[in-house]
Amino acid sequence: MDLSWMAWTGPTAAFFLAVALALAGMVVWELKRPGGAPRRGVLGIVTTRGDRLFISLLGSAYIHLAWLGLVGPNLWWALLISAAYTFCVFRWA
Amino acid sequence: MIDRKPNPKAWLLLLPMLALVAFNAVLPLMTVVNYSVQETFGDNVFFWSGVEWFRQVLLSDRFHQSLLRQIIFSAAILAIEIPLGVLIAITMPRRGIGVAFCLVLMALPLLIPWNVVGAMWNILALPDIGLLGRAVNGLGVSYNFTQQPLAAWITCVVMDVWHWTSLVVLLSYAGLCAIPQPYYQAAKIDGASRWAVFRYIELPKMKHVLTIAILLRFMDSFMIYTEPFVLTGGGPGNTTTFLSIDLVKIALGQFDLGTAAAMSLIYFLIILLLCWVFYTVITRKGQQ
Repeated sequence: MDLSWMAWTGPTAAFFLAVALALAGMVVWELKRPGGAPRRGVLGIVTTRGDRLFISLLGSAYIHLAWLGLVGPNLWWALLISAAYTFCVFRWA
Repeated sequence: MIDRKPNPKAWLLLLPMLALVAFNAVLPLMTVVNYSVQETFGDNVFFWSGVEWFRQVLLSDRFHQSLLRQIIFSAAILAIEIPLGVLIAITMPRRGIGVAFCLVLMALPLLIPWNVVGAMWNILALPDIGLLGRAVNGLGVSYNFTQQPLAAWITCVVMDVWHWTSLVVLLSYAGLCAIPQPYYQAAKIDGASRWAVFRYIELPKMKHVLTIAILLRFMDSFMIYTEPFVLTGGGPGNTTTFLSIDLVKIALGQFDLGTAAAMSLIYFLIILLLCWVFYTVITRKGQQ
């Protein structure tokens, strides 16, 4: 199958692989501990594990965009901040 | 006794849907992400450009202006459509032959395709041959939506109000009809004014449908393309170039696929955030 029209690159493939792995990980987590672990955290809304992953991914995208727009194109710091943000969301949100 | 154990094979039934979503949403989205980090001159030849397109879009005045126009447009149509829709719904009859007549009348604009609405309003508002355009000019008001930015804006907003207020009316009407009669009887016994009935009975009872109406109208207006494109083509100048019109201009007009892909993703992220906020608000209301 010719996929040249999709214009794949190493970094974008790695990005989607990471998202796919995160989703697969969530499935395994759900199978081990079913129910989604809903709770009301610092956001004041009831969130399940899936919600927390979504909030983490969306927030990380905005962190990267903000870094790119306000600081510069070196996004490793943004990645670090996103990792810390994701930890906080899964811990307290 | 019926065995209600979950059957994992049911997941197989989701496969056709997953395949469909993969082909019409996931694969195109992946392609857009791939395009957003590369430069191409066609013929499937690409050059790596990193996050350059994202930076250009984020820092470009053009993008800021289209986004601002989009926000102002959505705010304007919401500020008109929601109160107007509620007002019309309140004045509509609740029983008798008038109900069917009003409902059909209200549903009519919703049945007209977007591009037809744009073409209709274009012809209607043309200053030389259009009924509306000639009438307004005949009243002594200078009106030419093809040349005056304010006139173009007013025409776009009025067109959207004409097309979509009915949706708010129908939702509000459904909310009003669901209010039990004893509430009105109690208000009558207490001698409540019409305003008090609206403020303390109808409005709280309509809160849920109104939230849905606001969300639907906001999302739809934020992604509007066809109607203003057919009506004004984004002009005069760039004054009615909303986000989606600008995006198409960059992608298909200038063939800047990398920039357009980066802009699409930023636009997508804005929509995704708003969707999530709205979804959370609606589900929270549902839980309450």
